[in-house]
Amino acid sequence: MILRLALLLVALALPARAEEIVLGLSQDQVAITATFDGSDILIFGAVRREAPPPEAPPLEVIVTVSGPLAPATVRRKERRAGIWVNTEVFEVDAAPSFYAVATTGPLEEILTATEDLRHAVSIPRAIRAVGNRVSGAGDYVAALLRIRGAEGLYRYEEGAVDLERETLFRTALTLPADLVEGNYTTRIFLTRGGAVVDRYETVIGVQKVGIERWLYNFAQQQAALYGLMALALAVLAGWAASLAFAGWRR
Amino acid sequence: MQLYLPIAEVSVDILLILGLGGLVGVLSGMFGVGGGFLITPLLFLAGIPPAVAVATSTNQIVASSFSALLGHLRRRTVDIAMGSVLLAGGLVGSGLGIIVFNWLKARGQVDLLVELSYVLFLGTVGAMMFIESVNALLRARRPGARPKRRKHYWAHALPLKMKFRVSGLYISAIPPLIVGLSVGVLAAIMGVGGGFVMVPAMIYLLGMPTKVVIGTSLFQIIFVTAFTTMLHAVTNQTVDIALALLLIAGGVIGAQLGTRIGARMKAEQLRILLALLVLAVCGQLALGLVLRPSELYVVETVRPA
Repeated sequence: MILRLALLLVALALPARAEEIVLGLSQDQVAITATFDGSDILIFGAVRREAPPPEAPPLEVIVTVSGPLAPATVRRKERRAGIWVNTEVFEVDAAPSFYAVATTGPLEEILTATEDLRHAVSIPRAIRAVGNRVSGAGDYVAALLRIRGAEGLYRYEEGAVDLERETLFRTALTLPADLVEGNYTTRIFLTRGGAVVDRYETVIGVQKVGIERWLYNFAQQQAALYGLMALALAVLAGWAASLAFAGWRR
Repeated sequence: MQLYLPIAEVSVDILLILGLGGLVGVLSGMFGVGGGFLITPLLFLAGIPPAVAVATSTNQIVASSFSALLGHLRRRTVDIAMGSVLLAGGLVGSGLGIIVFNWLKARGQVDLLVELSYVLFLGTVGAMMFIESVNALLRARRPGARPKRRKHYWAHALPLKMKFRVSGLYISAIPPLIVGLSVGVLAAIMGVGGGFVMVPAMIYLLGMPTKVVIGTSLFQIIFVTAFTTMLHAVTNQTVDIALALLLIAGGVIGAQLGTRIGARMKAEQLRILLALLVLAVCGQLALGLVLRPSELYVVETVRPA
């Protein structure tokens, strides 16, 4: 009996493992120029398989894009003597600056909690997965998710992935204008019946270029000179404006 | 039109920032306040990270104050002797202020102290100025009323007397030094140039004529904010030159306009307007402290060095 069950499981698992992701990106570099106003990245791919796909459950696709990790401080306000003041503080060691999940359907239906825990797909799981001690700090993490969600930095786009005949998938991801430099980890998961059958990971590099890059490096590396330049520009601008308006008296 | 700011790492609307700079420039030219207490909260609203907003606005204040100062120099309404004495006191005060600031920071709750001192000082200064200028306006309207005689200030009895010709004063250098020093301490703690405290202090404590006060305040603000800009650029690298240039472009034009508007108005009217402005900002801050915020949590991203 047990042997037959095991054989059945193997038989079920085999065709699933045989499905593999072949991925394409419209661009794997995003250049932040002075006129940068957000960027659309097309993520597309195909599912390669040796055998015909199983009848059921249906194939689902999940795409996640995570910005670089940075520590964040979450403070809570409380009323003390009639005034709202910051009281308790919680430090999140590493939170992604941006996190988007695009799927073919509702996330809780196409991914089980166990698989979410293992692969850290959903936003709360992704934050817990990077080694943050969050026990007893549920309210603070919830606040972080709520605030960044309201700013459009953390978002779910359920149904944003198109899947054609269980083989070709594509999604267009909008990166916001307020983009932080760094590596944006892009992961694609194929699931069947809530279980992950294949995953693929790649990186989209986001970098300032041209004058943006130059000014940033200048401010970091020659801070004193940069400060003096800023002051010189300020004085010069003030003087130029005064000259320009000198003729216009009374 | 959008521009991506290299240090702030956000994309902003060019026209919005130009407008903000222009608005604060007009106020700076009219009243001789740097506008730090206005531009910084406005930049927060525009989505600029607080650290960048604070540092960059000091750089913008240098430009608009310099532009306005040149306007005042042409009309000979700057008391450079008085400005230098105030500045000497002010630089010592800033040094002391930074020590006090760090001491308070180590004990926590420095944010609250900053906000409370804003409310307290803006409220007191605004209310005093408002009452005094309304009284002065009413006196001037009454037919046959004689202008009040200049009071005999307590400053006259102190040693180290100096002649401040532009202000028409012959007083001891000690009161302006003390005023400069106290404003310097406040400015360092509150992160502003201190014009909004300096202007009334010069009028009511030192007895300087209003027209001279504005140019003289600008004179010392330039040095204080230049010092602060350098400090921010070197320690935090948070001065965004692209943002500063936009603010400056709006600000210098605004400052020239402001200087001209100011020159056409009565001193009492100017003081009432400044008093109302100061009270409005104070009221806004006080409401923020007392009302229940819609979001009880605040997230600050710590930028990797």
